[in-house]
Amino acid sequence: MLSLIILLPLAAAAGLAVLRRLPDGAARTVFALAAVAEVVLTAAVWLGYSRSGSSSLAYEERLRWIPNVGSSYHLGVDGLSLPLLVLTAVIFLACAVYDWKARDRARSRAALFLFLEATCMGLFAAQDLILFFLFFDLSIVGMYFVIAGWGHGDRARSALKFFLYTFLGSLALLVGFIGLYLASDPHTFDIPELAAADALRGNPAGGFVLAAILVGLAVKTPVVPFHTWLPPAHTDAPASGSAVLAGVLLKMGAYGFVRIAMPLLPDSWRAWAPVIITVGVVSVLYGALVALAQSDLKRMIAYTSVNHMGYIVLALGAAGAAGGTASAVRATAVTGAVTQMVSHGLITGALFLLAGVLQDRAGTYDMGAFGGLAGPAPRYAGFFAVAAFASLGLPGFSGFIAEFQVFAGSIGVVPVVAVALPGIVITAALFLRALQRVFTGPAKGRTKGFGDLRPVEMLSAGGLLVLSALVGLLPGPLLGTIAPAADAVIALARW
Amino acid sequence: MAFPLLAQASSAGPAPLALLPEIFLLAGAVVALITGSFLPRQRQWVSRLIAIAALAASAAAAAFAITEPDRTIYEGAYTVDAGTSAARLIVAVAAALVIALGTDELRGTERESETYALILLASLGTVVLAGTSDLLVLAVAFLLASIPLYALIGINRSRSSAEAALKTYLLGALLGIGLLLGVTVLYGLAGTTTYSRLGQNLGTAPGAAVAVGLTGVLAGLMFKAGAVPGHFWVPDAAQGSGLTGAAFATTVPKIGGFLAAYRLLAALPGTVNWPLLVAVLAALTMTLGNLAAYNQDDPRRLLGWSTVSQAGYLLMPVAVTGQASLALPALMVYLAGYSVSNLAAFAVAGAYPGRRTLNAFQGLAGARPWHAAALTVALLSLVGTPPTAVFLGKLTVFTAAWEGGFWWLTVLAAVNTIISLFYYLRWLAPAFRAARPSTPGAGDFPAQRWAAGTAVAAALLLLIFGVTAGLGWAVIAGPPHG
Repeated sequence: MLSLIILLPLAAAAGLAVLRRLPDGAARTVFALAAVAEVVLTAAVWLGYSRSGSSSLAYEERLRWIPNVGSSYHLGVDGLSLPLLVLTAVIFLACAVYDWKARDRARSRAALFLFLEATCMGLFAAQDLILFFLFFDLSIVGMYFVIAGWGHGDRARSALKFFLYTFLGSLALLVGFIGLYLASDPHTFDIPELAAADALRGNPAGGFVLAAILVGLAVKTPVVPFHTWLPPAHTDAPASGSAVLAGVLLKMGAYGFVRIAMPLLPDSWRAWAPVIITVGVVSVLYGALVALAQSDLKRMIAYTSVNHMGYIVLALGAAGAAGGTASAVRATAVTGAVTQMVSHGLITGALFLLAGVLQDRAGTYDMGAFGGLAGPAPRYAGFFAVAAFASLGLPGFSGFIAEFQVFAGSIGVVPVVAVALPGIVITAALFLRALQRVFTGPAKGRTKGFGDLRPVEMLSAGGLLVLSALVGLLPGPLLGTIAPAADAVIALARW
Repeated sequence: MAFPLLAQASSAGPAPLALLPEIFLLAGAVVALITGSFLPRQRQWVSRLIAIAALAASAAAAAFAITEPDRTIYEGAYTVDAGTSAARLIVAVAAALVIALGTDELRGTERESETYALILLASLGTVVLAGTSDLLVLAVAFLLASIPLYALIGINRSRSSAEAALKTYLLGALLGIGLLLGVTVLYGLAGTTTYSRLGQNLGTAPGAAVAVGLTGVLAGLMFKAGAVPGHFWVPDAAQGSGLTGAAFATTVPKIGGFLAAYRLLAALPGTVNWPLLVAVLAALTMTLGNLAAYNQDDPRRLLGWSTVSQAGYLLMPVAVTGQASLALPALMVYLAGYSVSNLAAFAVAGAYPGRRTLNAFQGLAGARPWHAAALTVALLSLVGTPPTAVFLGKLTVFTAAWEGGFWWLTVLAAVNTIISLFYYLRWLAPAFRAARPSTPGAGDFPAQRWAAGTAVAAALLLLIFGVTAGLGWAVIAGPPHG
């Protein structure tokens, strides 16, 4: 089943790449159909998983791959990866709908996006470090071509910066993985086996191995000070590329923390927890403050991503911090972190899709170029306002559930992380200010003749927002899936 | 699958059939040369077929013998093991690819069959270099691999290729003398030239003298490997000589050089700190190659320097010979992936011989998507991105170096890999950009058919190899130990 989820978009991508005569309309249809199929498949897996009532690895597949270095084609899902698999499918479907009208080399674009979808699915399903690394690297390559091929502005430079930075991260990750491999006996790259062995407990080398892995994941997440590739990459990427980058690719880093860094090196994680918490707090505050200073709307959203991803890092750091707190509180922090991954994917995905409308209609993201946009484009103003409120953590949306749990869990373990709370206020201020500047006041600049949202744009961004509201109003099913897995992570760590 | 005739050969004495892959190469060289001299120029393709058939036969014979137990023949002078078998296969496949990608350049020229004979002879020298476990055979194999190489580099008689050939010859002669000197010193100290007894006898010899001998031999082998300090000829040969000579010179000789170094070092006693020496050479080679490749604007010269940096990674498992169980498999997996990747990249460059700057490839993806895809796979493979062939090589090489205690070398190699990505992207990025009207020959990409076909075939091979190499390795080397 999981192999099918990975291979289906890959096969569709290969088909699109080879059939050069295919008209654009057919290519878009293939993309949309494959994306729908992925949503159905991942939802079916989730349904099957929650019906089974299991909280361990399910839908496992394991084939011999590189036996001489203890690596296998090992797939499996649990409560940490399932929500992200479904999120990936949903984001890509939204992109398929959003790009329905895209004219620019639609066939290659659809092929590239389907290839990216396959790598993302593979990464979240991988239970082997080498397999994880493979999909990690391929997602970088795919995103490079999306930015370099379909971006705007100084796209070649932004794409290169993105590639070099995240490739640096991936090599740090590889070095860390090799460290894990050499420490285990018998040598293996299998994630569950490594977690069970916990070979580096009490070994000072574990600190260095974790440092390498942390750098690798921190670049991808990204957290301060490894975030500088993100704003240019987002600014110059096409709207759907940005949605995938923020919605799915950033989650690879955050997911790596809960899947690899924490369970495989719990001892070193505890030792490094103060650093991790500090980096998280700094990302939250710094990301929010820098976002406040932006006049480019897309750049501003990019920096709020740094802020939102900071909550995840902070929660995971706090979950591992020393102290005699009950493990239930730590598990709450982990649950909050994973919920935040899903929430950020939905909301920021919608925000980037909506920001793309500005570029499409007016060719700029500069907030100073607009004013009173609510007049000619009331639907756009409405959708954007809803997305902005969701992003700043209004109750009723997923962001509130996630951030509430993040802080409830983290402050319970490490009270000092309360210093990150102003991040929420700053985010609220910057979104309200952006809404004011762009949508209210007298019409000016490029506002004149601005076309309102088209059906595909409403459907794609609106769909993501509806899901965010669903999670916000009925968090039960999502939390019910994540919480047992979070408990398992904490139990496995034996803090 | 054991080759029935081989099984009868005795373990130490003469065993001509155990050398069947080598015999095919030699016979192919002689027959191709003689046949070529009787054929008119338009029908030299017959000698090309002979050369390809000889390589195929050599590869088949090597494949049949691949699961044979390890053994030495001719009184320990030659080792037949997984390493030799892999080297025979890699050399045969690489040489066949070189002939295929050079077909456009060589077809109907006056020295076509001579080139094929030289390729086969140099391949033979490389295989013998890879398999020998005797100092005297090592010296002979060095010459057999080097002399045809000088001729290959200079054979198209242009000014630049003459310069490249002269440079290669001078450096080869100098470091070759170093090798002979080293062999003499080691023989004088040990009283034997066979590796198996070298280890015992050198244990009591003065360390400094052993170090002098070893340094001399290593200098010669680094010339073959294209690593520091014997790397100066590589970029000139890659840029200046004809496509065939350049592709061959930057790929095949390395296979012999590295394996010969591995075998010699495995036999040496622990009285000399050679692991550190080799690790430093590896660090210098990869860093120098990468920094020098940084600003190159000619794709062939860029590839030339890139092969120098790749030689640095290849030295990593050599540095941990005997210290890491992964050393030999890592070396062979990397060599296999590297050879095909490098040839695929050379094939793309050779498909457009008129485009000698990186920016001249602007618009390639739009005009020739398959060739752009082949270039992407080849360059990403050289970077070491999974699932291409070099990834498994990089993974095992990094692991082996760390396992052998050189964790700093692993970190340095990772840093170097990031640097290398930058210059590979300098070639890849223009290929995917739309051509500007100012680009010379913009939008119009008439390709050399054989070179382009080879590029696509090699790229496919890289992907297949990258995905299945792990399983193939398990078949050749048996299940993992422990």
